[in-house]
Formats: sequence, C-alpha cells, structure tokens
Amino acid sequence: MDLSSINPILLVASLMVAATPIILAAIGELIVEKSGVLNLGVEGMMIVGAICGFAIAVQTGSPFVGFVAAAFGGAVLSLLFGILTQYFLSNQVATGLGLTLFGLGLSSLMGQGYIGIRPPATPRLEIPVLSDIPVLGPVLFNHDLMVYVALGLVVATWAVLKFTRAGLILRAVGENHDAAHALGYKVVRVRLMAITFGGACAGLGGAYLSLVRVPQWTEGMTAGAGWIALAIVVFGAWRPFRVLLGAYLFGGVTVLQLNLQAAGVAIPVEYLSMSPYLITIAVLVIMSSGKAKAALSAPACLGKIFHASS
Amino acid sequence: MSAVLELSGLTKAYPGVIANDDVSLTIQPGEVHALLGENGAGKSTLVKMIYGLVKPDAGRMIFLGQEFAPAEPRAARAAGVAMVFQHFSLFEALDVAENIALGMEHPPNMRDLAARITEVSQAYGLPLDPSRLVGDLSAGERQRVEIIRCLLQNPKLLIMDEPTSVLTPQEVGILFQTLEKLRSEGTSILYISHKLEEIRRLCDAATILRLGKNVGTCDPKVETARAMAEMMVGATLHVPERKPHERTQVALELRGLSLAAPSAFGTSLKEVSLNVHRGEILGIGGVAGNGQDELTAALSGEMPVAAGQLWFEGQDIGALGPNERRALGLLAAPEERLGHAAAPDMSLTENAVLTATTRKSLTRKGFVNWRAAEGYTKEVIAQFDVRTPGPHTAARALSGGNLQKYVIGREILQDPDVLVVNQPTWGVDAAAAAAIRQALLDLAAGGAAIIVISQDLDELMEISDRFAALNEGRLTPPVPASGLSVEKIGLMMGGAHDLEPVHV
Repeated sequence: MDLSSINPILLVASLMVAATPIILAAIGELIVEKSGVLNLGVEGMMIVGAICGFAIAVQTGSPFVGFVAAAFGGAVLSLLFGILTQYFLSNQVATGLGLTLFGLGLSSLMGQGYIGIRPPATPRLEIPVLSDIPVLGPVLFNHDLMVYVALGLVVATWAVLKFTRAGLILRAVGENHDAAHALGYKVVRVRLMAITFGGACAGLGGAYLSLVRVPQWTEGMTAGAGWIALAIVVFGAWRPFRVLLGAYLFGGVTVLQLNLQAAGVAIPVEYLSMSPYLITIAVLVIMSSGKAKAALSAPACLGKIFHASS
Repeated sequence: MSAVLELSGLTKAYPGVIANDDVSLTIQPGEVHALLGENGAGKSTLVKMIYGLVKPDAGRMIFLGQEFAPAEPRAARAAGVAMVFQHFSLFEALDVAENIALGMEHPPNMRDLAARITEVSQAYGLPLDPSRLVGDLSAGERQRVEIIRCLLQNPKLLIMDEPTSVLTPQEVGILFQTLEKLRSEGTSILYISHKLEEIRRLCDAATILRLGKNVGTCDPKVETARAMAEMMVGATLHVPERKPHERTQVALELRGLSLAAPSAFGTSLKEVSLNVHRGEILGIGGVAGNGQDELTAALSGEMPVAAGQLWFEGQDIGALGPNERRALGLLAAPEERLGHAAAPDMSLTENAVLTATTRKSLTRKGFVNWRAAEGYTKEVIAQFDVRTPGPHTAARALSGGNLQKYVIGREILQDPDVLVVNQPTWGVDAAAAAAIRQALLDLAAGGAAIIVISQDLDELMEISDRFAALNEGRLTPPVPASGLSVEKIGLMMGGAHDLEPVHV
C-alpha cells in the first residue's frame, strides 16, 4: 500500500470532472422538483443523452454538436414523461420508474453500432495565465468547457430562483398548485417547461459521461448516476449550492476510492466501489433525521397530481 | 348612478349537476352585497365566473357599463375585480411580499413592494411584516395578506369568500372596520357567507341562492336571521332541543397533557387539562390550527400520550391505540370526512368494518362477517337518515352532509361511553347539521360523555354544557356555557392576536 502515490492536486482536479455529470443532472432535477414534479426517470434520461450525444458526436466529429443532441434527446424523453403525468395525470413515481427502464432499453438499442468506438476528444480549455498558477491552475482552470457550463448553471439556477419573477412563479407552482391556478398561473405549462429543462440537463450529464469522463459507449454506463443525482437533490435540500456541495462530496469519494484501489489498499475492490453509494445513503439518513428541517424545504406539492377541478 | 356589476341569466352546468341556473344580480357602487346560500348552492361557482376561473355556459356580465367576459383571472384583475379566497390561495414557504407579488400583474421590485405593503397595511389597520414567511402567520394574518394583495390593485369590486370562518370575534370586528372603510371609499364588496348575523351587521343587500337558483333578494338589515335561513334552506328549520339530563361521574380526564407537534406547521399541545362527565357535552372552541387536530388525535389514540396524562374511568389509557380505546368505549370521529374518518373509495359497509369491528364483532378469527357488517351499515343509514342508494355505495359518492351523518351515526350506534367529535357539522347543510346536533344531545342524555371540538361558536353554544377554548395548543379552563358572552369567548380564544383596530 502506497498512499503517497495519490497526488492531491490531481485528486481534486479529477473530482471536479467526476462530479460534473451529477451536477448537471441534479440541477435539472432540482428545477423539476421545485415545480412540484418528481421525475424518477433521471437515470433513463441520462443514458439516452449519453448515447445521443455519443452517436451524434461520432457522426459529425464535433463534441459540441454531440452535447446539443444529448440535451435534445434528454428533453424529448422527458416530454414523454411530462405529457403522461401532466395531461394524462399518470402517477409520477410509476411513470418515472418506467422512464428509467425505457431509457435503458432504448439506449442499448440505439447504441448497437457504437460499442468500442472512441468519440472525438473534447478539448480542454487551457486558460492562459490562470492555468499556470501552481495548485489552483490545474485544479480550477484546466478543464473542458462543460465543467464550467455546469458551474454556471448552478449559479444561474440559484439567481433565477432567488431574484426573478419566473423563479418565483416556479416556486409558487411547486408550493401550492391550487393557489397558483386560482391566481391564474398556468400550472401545467410551467411544469412542462421545468420537466423539459430537467430532461435537457440530464441529457447533458449523460453525454458528459460518454464523451469526456469515460469516454466511450457501453450499455448501462450511467451505472446509477441518475439515482445519485436524485438523492443529491434531497441531500441539498432543494438549494443549488448545497446540491453542488453534495455532488462534489460524491465525486470526491468516487475519485478517492479509485485512487485507493490504485494505491493497493488491502480492502476488496467491491467495498471501495460501494463506498460512494454507502456514504450517500448515510448522509441522506442523517439529513432526513432532522425531520422538521427537511420538511420545511421540500416543495409542498412535490409528486402531487394537479387537476384543475374548477 | 350605474351599477358596478350586473349579472343576467348566468348558467353553468357540470356533468350531473347545474351549479348555477339563470342567476341574475346587481351590485351598486359602494355597496356590500351578500351572497347567501347553503354549501353546494352555487355561490363559489358564481364568483369563480366573475373572477374568470370558470366560463359560464350562458348569460352575460356587465362590469362598469361594459360587456365583461374574463377569460382568466388575470383579465378580471386587470378590469378591477379582486378576490379573497375561502381556502387561502397562499404559499406557505414564501414570504409575505413574494405572496403579494404573485397576485399582481406588474409588481414593482421587491424593495418598493415591501414599502408599499407596509404603507397600505398601516392605512387600513392591518399591520404586516413583508419579510415574514406565510407559514408562520396566524389565520387572521394570512387573511390580511390576501386582503392587502387585493387592495394594492385598487379594485372596484372586492369578492370575499367566507372571510370570517377562520377568525376570532375580535378579528371579525377589525375586518369589518376595514371593509367599512373600503365601502366609504366607494369600493363595492361581494360578500359570501352563511353566517347570518354577520351579514345583518355588514351588508346592504343580499341575494340568496338555493340549488343554483336565485330565490330572492332582501335587505338583511330588515329581515330576521331566521327568515333568511329559511329562504336558504327552503323549509322551516328544526331547532335541536335539549332534553334535561344530569351529569354524573367523570368519564374521561386529561391531566396536563403535553404533546410535541407532529409536523413543521402543526401545533404542540401544552399542559392540556380537562375532565368530562357522563351526561355532559364539553364544547372546545378555537380558531383552526390551534391544536384541534392534535387534541383529537391524542384522544382517539392516533398519537399515544405519556403515562399518567389520559385517564378513562380511572384507568391510564395513554399508551393504548385506537382499537384498544374503542374496545373500552372511547370513540372518535375526526374532522376530515373523506380520507380520515372514511376511506373514500371503499363502500359504506367496508368503512363500517374499519371502526365498528371491535364493538360490534364484525370480524371473527380474521374473517369479516359481511352479513353483520351490512346489517350494521343499514342500521346506521336508516337511523341517521343517510341519503344513499345503499350500503355498497362508495363513501366519496355521498354528499358532505350525508357522509357526515353516516360517520357520526357509525360511532353513536356503537354505544360509546365517551365520544370525541371534531367539526361535526363543518360544510354540512343546515338540516343535516340540526340532525347531527340532535343526535349528539340525545347521546349525552343517554349518559355518554361527549367532547365536541368545533370552530362554529353558535353550534357550541347550542349544544355544550361547558365551554373551553384552544389557543396555540393551550386549553382554557372550562366554564359553564350558558350565559357566556361573545366577548368572553373571543378573549378565551386568544383575542385579536395583537391586531390593531383601524384608524380612520
């Protein structure tokens, strides 16, 4: 066992990369849940985004077009969920689970011809001057564009929710859809837009896995990242910056266990692979034991079906 | 002077029911116009049409001399119609200013809005802190948020749907002063209520709806409350009569019951002590959300209480669950008819099994005795005049009044020693309410002890022997109900919650 082989700077730098897909998916789901909808199909939307992005990037040779296609693919799949739950009033939990299963199957089908291919490389933005700063440079300023897009999205989500009228209406719809309807807000329309945004974000997160983090296509490659994103939204108590923190925590544990494996720690590999999930569960249990706190921040209409009865 | 609002021939039908049938009414400038009617008479549908939430099937509206057909609430608000809802259209997790901004078309930025809220709320004697979370406000304060949201739009017509059902008498007084001030400024008010004394105090004209039809207009200052009630019901009212009965030994006793709130917006019970004798009805009043649900749950056994705090005929029953308490003779009927007292999609027979199985032996060795269950259900239906096709009907298919009669009858026919009921006549038409009250009086006369928790003070005064009030989870010492003044009751209920009267 040689712990000194773990380079802390590289560890933190790769933590940011490992956390990015989860940040993207979780921030999308945060918006969806803030509007009062529980979409458990994040995993399905992520993996469909992963294959859409991968396929289009391989075909066009441009990772950028791939990411756009991934967002589009995730959004289309989420609209399926949106139409079922918002117009046909289907149960959100069952529909979301169905969406995950459907997405996993659909992605395997779409990915038939793409196994074992390498995608075009996503360039790193080696920001001049800044990336040369010792320690901070490689940690913060030597990543690909999507890492910064994800961070920007977190900040933007926070600002929109806190300062804008659109954010206020979104929160109002999630808090009390009957009252929002009585005041004349279009509950279904707001929710469909939120669901589509969530789908696009999950698609981006999936494509980040297949185009940057891995980078190749294998069936079921999201490996539960969508579920972790869902858990992190609760962990973050529906607040953007706490979601970011949760994603970094999870990313950190993931990267650390890889490094520990490489360093030859005498623990079976399975335990190490399990650890991020165990820690996420433990944190969730601790979080939700402070009952009143969690209850206060959850959108009051989360998962409830809205039907304009009047 | 031309009318503010003229409705003619408004009709709205839903599948199976005509909510409004050819309704016409006229509201003059600066007039407080009452809209009277029983639950289900079509009051809410009518105002929803005016507010643009529902489209009428036929008829026309003229507002300020112009044809008026708002497609959505936004259009109605822009034209000058504002509405205070019965079930508040507020968002608990948002603060006061955010709630108000959501009800405005073009809200100024938050800082200016907060300043205007403070200014308007002072001017109308309704002080409010714009930065407080609505979830932390009392019912009276929440209503102020709604009213100020309306006032900031300078409405020509203000619609108020049952505004006083959640207020203490003192808070009602302050609300009326605000409304008087609005009237003197020329704002018309459409005031929906079924509390006749209030209407007689406040309103200039009244339109009475029954089964969706306009059955007449009257001047409430001239008409007696009883005459208006009979116009609403369309029949002579039967007033419950109290048979002489005597109270004997204590049946149920609470000794300093304290209980933490089950949820973030719930109320914790603090040192609640009471006793109730056989043959007695103890009325517990109070504004909603002051611990009524928690007290019901503690008495019924849904929430176990600590040892030594709850005594039934000399036995400590705090740790027993609902079924064990039922076996002893302590029964309860919670407030929420659908979903709490009865399972909505299950038949009346199945619902009977759910609570009556212990005392009526409706199950044997784990098997349901359906014949006995159906027999018992039929007995409830017959004795309590539940209007339903039969015991196989799903609970949700019954009207509120009929289901409430069923729920109360199901408990009473189990022959309880102590019965706890929460809001026994909430949302029930006057005839059914009178029948339920009579049944409770008869049960007490037969030697049972009854605790009635209600927000309807008239009801409590009518049937209780002693009265106590819940205020923020504390119970006042019970006092004899006869001769209790409204002012005294108001003070017991916590007064005006620091409200200030209007400074005109």
